[in-house]
Amino acid sequence: MHELSIVMSIVAIAQQEVQKAQASIVDEIEMDIGCLSTIEMDAFEMAWKQGIKQTILQHAAKKINRLNGKATCSDCGNIFAIQQVYEACPNCGSHFIHITQGKELRVKSLLLS
Amino acid sequence: MCATCGCDANGTLTMHEPGHHHHHEHDHQHRQKIVEVEKDVLHENNLLAERNRGYFDAKNILAMNLVSSPGSGKTTLLEKTLTDLKGTIEMAVIEGDQQTTNDADRIHATGTKVVQINTGKGCHLDAHMVLHAVQGMKLKNDSVLFIENVGNLVCPAMFDLGEKERVVIISVTEGDDKPLKYPDMFHSSTLCIINKIDLLPYVPFDVEKVRANALQVNPQLKIIELSCTGGQGLTDWYQWLQSKVLQPETV
Repeated sequence: MHELSIVMSIVAIAQQEVQKAQASIVDEIEMDIGCLSTIEMDAFEMAWKQGIKQTILQHAAKKINRLNGKATCSDCGNIFAIQQVYEACPNCGSHFIHITQGKELRVKSLLLS
Repeated sequence: MCATCGCDANGTLTMHEPGHHHHHEHDHQHRQKIVEVEKDVLHENNLLAERNRGYFDAKNILAMNLVSSPGSGKTTLLEKTLTDLKGTIEMAVIEGDQQTTNDADRIHATGTKVVQINTGKGCHLDAHMVLHAVQGMKLKNDSVLFIENVGNLVCPAMFDLGEKERVVIISVTEGDDKPLKYPDMFHSSTLCIINKIDLLPYVPFDVEKVRANALQVNPQLKIIELSCTGGQGLTDWYQWLQSKVLQPETV
């Protein structure tokens, strides 16, 4: 259940930004969560519900961009979509792949007021 | 910029919706502002991990993060290693468990410096906990620091502690498809130890299969098979360890 500590980190980031901007509340939060990041969305939703209680995110609308997995083969240079980190290159079968997208876990933007 | 009416809280840009009366000294009740944050959620942890890493580098300490499911034999492997290599390498241990000091007591019995972190309900160690544990330890230069993470193959994968090597341990009483079921841990590790190989005759565990599965997830993973009770393979582990101990540079 590391999702709860992730939610708490998100709350901390939002709090810092609110302070920096001298705003009082977060109206909307936009996040990138890659499909290959180790976030289980059901657990995340549950942790979110609990974790934002009585924080500046309590009433924030939540927008999540799920980014699909993408990799480049280190052997043949092929760029392809992946669902799992252990997938082989569909072109040459190599497992030496470099993941270029899908591991994201970041706060993209906040709408403050 | 305000998504409702387009005004900027800082006053650099103002736009108004049709019908919205325009006057210049206005003070909105609903000023909104978009902040492009673009910040990694684990940013704070990663900063602290780099700080730990810098401390370890400066003191020439080889920090290793030991991860596995509960019961794979992490503590037993440590007890054995600390006893066998005593006098050859300076070693210290950080133990991570939800509760009790049982593991720290076992390590302490080998005469090694040890700190226990109890995470309470937490399912993993993070860089912040390690930072504080290290502060009180007065680690020696040119030493090895073993960090035994909370027994959990999922959550600790996400948290960089500042270690140089991540060692994932799997025992033959587990399933040989574990690397595929928990790929993130195997993907982020540098060494995989297959433990309890003395039990192989009694369990349906296929070593070749687990090797293939682990290498499928991480082709660069080094794999060592050993048994802490039987002693097979321990020299391979000790040799690997000694090859990783950074020799201080002589001027």
